[in-house]
Amino acid sequence: MKIRNRRDAEKNELNMTSMIDIVFLLLIFFVMTFKIVELEGDFSIKMPLAGQSSGVVDPTDLPLKLRLRSTADGNLAGMELNEISLGNDQAAFARLRNEVKGMLASSTPVAVEEGEGPEIEIDTDFNLQYKYVIDSISAVSGFKEAGQVVKLIEKIKFAKPRR
Amino acid sequence: MRVKREQVDMAEGDMTPMIDMTFQLIAFFMVLINFAQTEANDNVVLPKSRLVKPPEAPLEFPIILHVGADGRVYLGGDDYTAETLKIGLDRELAVIRAEGKAPEDANVVIRGHEFVAAGHVQEVIRVAQDAKLTNFALRVKENLRD
Repeated sequence: MKIRNRRDAEKNELNMTSMIDIVFLLLIFFVMTFKIVELEGDFSIKMPLAGQSSGVVDPTDLPLKLRLRSTADGNLAGMELNEISLGNDQAAFARLRNEVKGMLASSTPVAVEEGEGPEIEIDTDFNLQYKYVIDSISAVSGFKEAGQVVKLIEKIKFAKPRR
Repeated sequence: MRVKREQVDMAEGDMTPMIDMTFQLIAFFMVLINFAQTEANDNVVLPKSRLVKPPEAPLEFPIILHVGADGRVYLGGDDYTAETLKIGLDRELAVIRAEGKAPEDANVVIRGHEFVAAGHVQEVIRVAQDAKLTNFALRVKENLRD
C-alpha cells in the first residue's frame, strides 16, 4: 500500500518546464514591446472651402484675427490679436488666452449652442514652426481649471497660406 | 537510500508563487500594450498641448496625413508633396465613395511635425479642402506635465 501511494504521487506531478519556457517568452515579448507613450488627442477644425460657409452672419460675432509673425529660422517673432501686440515669448500665449477670455466675457452672454460661438482666423507666416500654431490654438480654444477643460473658442480657421 | 530520496524531493522548489507572479506580469503588459500606436510615423514628432484629451470614440473614416519636418506628406505607404497630394487623396476618397459616403463624412487627421513650417500644414489643408474634405483634426500629444 505504501509503495503504491508514492508511485501515484510521482505520476501526478506535471512537467512544468515547457509551460514556463513559453510563459517567459511571452513575458519577454511584452516587456520588449512595452513603451510608455503619452496619449494623443485632436483639435477638431471644421473648415469648408472659403465661400461655402453657411450664409447667415451674426452681426454680434466677434471678428477675431490672430496674426503670427515668424523670424527667418521659424521662431515666433510676434503675435497680434486684432492689432493688440502680445509679444513673442512663452508668456505671450498666456496673454493671448487672457485677451480672448476678456473679449468673450464682454460680448453678449447668450447660451452658446454646440458648434456655434465666436470664430478666430489664424494668419501665420509660412516659415513659422507648427508648434507655435498649436500653442496658439491651445491658448484660444480653452484652459484647464481644477482638472476641467473650460472651452473658449471652438471655431478655428486658417487664413490663406502666405508664400 | 530512502532518506536520500526524500532529500532530493526537498530540493525541488515550489514553483507556484513564481508562476503566479509571471502570469501577473504578462497580464499587466498585455493590458498596457498599445497597438494603436501603429498609426505613428517615424518622421513625425508631434507638438504637445495640455488641453487635448484622447478621443472617446474613434473618428469615422479617418485619413491620416503625416507631415514631416521637411514638409513631405506621408499617406498610406507613399510620400507626397503638397502638389502631388491630390493623387493620394483621390485614392482615399474613391474608397470612401465606394462605401456610399461623401467626402464630408471623412475626417482628415493631420499629424504635423512640431518643427515643420506652418505653411506646409496650411497647404495640406488647402489641398484637402479642394478635394471637398471639411473635417480636420490636428493631432497633438497630450502634455501632462505643465
